[in-house]
Amino acid sequence: MISVVIVDDHSLFRAGVRAELDGLVDVLGDAPTVEDAVACILELEPDVVLLDVHMPGGGGLEVIRQVTEKRPAQRFLALSVSDAPEDVIAIIRAGARGYVTKTISGTELADAVRRIADGDAVFSPRLAGFVLDAFASLTPVEVDPELDQLTAREREVLRHIARGYLYKEIAARLGISTKTVEAHVSAVLRKLQLSSRHELSRWAVQRRLVD
Amino acid sequence: MTMSASSPGDKEFRPPVTGTDDPAGPAPAAPSPVTSVRRYPAHGYVGGVCAGFAARLGIDPLLIRIGFVLTLLAGGVGIPLYGIGWALIPAEGPERPVVTRLLNRRDTWLVAAGMACLTLSAVLVLRDWGVWFGDKIIWPTVIAAAGGALIWRQSQAAPERAEPRAQLPREAVNRAGMGAALVIGGALLFLSLNDSLAPAREVVLPVAVALIAVTIILAPWWIRLVRGLAAERAARIRSQERAEVAAHLHDSVLQTLALVQKRAEDPREVAALARRQERELRSWLNSTRPSGTNTLAGALETAATEVEADHHVPIEVVTVGDGPLDERAAALVAAAREALVNASKFAGPEPIALYAEVEDGRAEVFVRDRGPGFDPDAVSPDRRGVRDSIVARMERHGGRATVHSTPGHGTEIELVMEP
Repeated sequence: MISVVIVDDHSLFRAGVRAELDGLVDVLGDAPTVEDAVACILELEPDVVLLDVHMPGGGGLEVIRQVTEKRPAQRFLALSVSDAPEDVIAIIRAGARGYVTKTISGTELADAVRRIADGDAVFSPRLAGFVLDAFASLTPVEVDPELDQLTAREREVLRHIARGYLYKEIAARLGISTKTVEAHVSAVLRKLQLSSRHELSRWAVQRRLVD
Repeated sequence: MTMSASSPGDKEFRPPVTGTDDPAGPAPAAPSPVTSVRRYPAHGYVGGVCAGFAARLGIDPLLIRIGFVLTLLAGGVGIPLYGIGWALIPAEGPERPVVTRLLNRRDTWLVAAGMACLTLSAVLVLRDWGVWFGDKIIWPTVIAAAGGALIWRQSQAAPERAEPRAQLPREAVNRAGMGAALVIGGALLFLSLNDSLAPAREVVLPVAVALIAVTIILAPWWIRLVRGLAAERAARIRSQERAEVAAHLHDSVLQTLALVQKRAEDPREVAALARRQERELRSWLNSTRPSGTNTLAGALETAATEVEADHHVPIEVVTVGDGPLDERAAALVAAAREALVNASKFAGPEPIALYAEVEDGRAEVFVRDRGPGFDPDAVSPDRRGVRDSIVARMERHGGRATVHSTPGHGTEIELVMEP
């Protein structure tokens, strides 16, 4: 069974997630602070860390930073109530392989954890929307087209996720395999993490100013 | 100084509000007739006057400073000139209080030199005490007044330095203190030069001493007042903000929680209440997200909230890009709303997905439910009616609507408005 550590400063929420995931994945432990989380993850070495974005002392970003220093292969799934685009994009760029909101159901969450453990990426509809928005605003000049543009297929996959389709439904609609859909999403994740930092931060700033 | 008009007894009481205008009032008015010379407080030791002249003349400031010291030996005429220069020549760059600068320099001999100047002036006063009045007593008085005001200011300001909020009033006080010294010194200088002091010397000395004493006595009270006002203002802003947050939480979150408790037996209703509150709180917390109805994304968001409240189905809204809410966009929103209402009748507990994308004026909206779906070729008449209202509305405004559905796989309504 896939092993998980839950990091969240909200004790009610930790208990809730534990109860929901009971029997679906193996919850090794949980931690309420950045410090505890880092110690806990390094000691227990879970397959996946369920990570809250907002916590005192630096939040999820700080946990990712400190853990990956010692354990670069650790996989994180961000789980947060925040849907501010800056937060979401920041945690993904820091290294989280997916982002889901806290209203997700237990079985869906277990599914997402399994996917992350397999090395795939998990995009919620909202994250897909943010990513489309971010890449749409990148100017194609002065950027690396390999990294800073999405392919037509990747865009199509993201748009389907944003429209609420599951991976297997997308595969059926586009006539490709679920594995291929996962490969596209992982490619988008990679581009998101590697593309020009400058350009994406400009996107965040513009969003803040324009809206 | 207006301040000297207050009786010393006043300081025990909270000062009247009208009195508070004085400290913030005009610092010594210093119109600058000198155009090309600038003071360089950052490079100088006291006011940067020497540095300014040196820069203007293109020579080493040390030469000017030596010249200045020589004028001190030759009767001290340099000091009032320096004072006038300080007052009239505009500073280049930020100016910090001279004593702060001297103390911050850490080379304490400068502080010692400053103290020596003060002491020297005191000695001069003592030497001339009661013998005769004139230049020799006026200059020291001016130096002592200026130096004393600055030193006193420094001692007052020192504990406050940690608090950047007090920066502004402190600057003002510093300037006002300098102003007081210069004004008093100037007045005495004028009287002295006109020899009006000679007959009145018996009166002038006590008056000058009394003025300085009153300044020293009242100034701490004054600075406390200024600082108290700043602190009070900050506290008021904080409490106003807190009251605003409290009021908002009260009107929204607490109300919803009360409703949730009352409707605890109806899970659908409770879920809908929670979702509506969540959406509302988010848009309040995150004012960068589209809110209101003056953009397409904002209007879609609002429509989704309303349908969600009326029909108790969760709706997941994702928008990419945005555009103005013109007539055609409004028609698109109305059609999307119709589609949401339609979907809410058939959707199960799974959320309805609303996805909107605006790019280069082309707007697309997808409304998807995870209900039972249907065979589009065999639709019942009432269903057709709903569909027609959406399709017809879109076509009237130059757009199009398509319904995709497969039994068992839900329904998706696609709305497109070409530019």
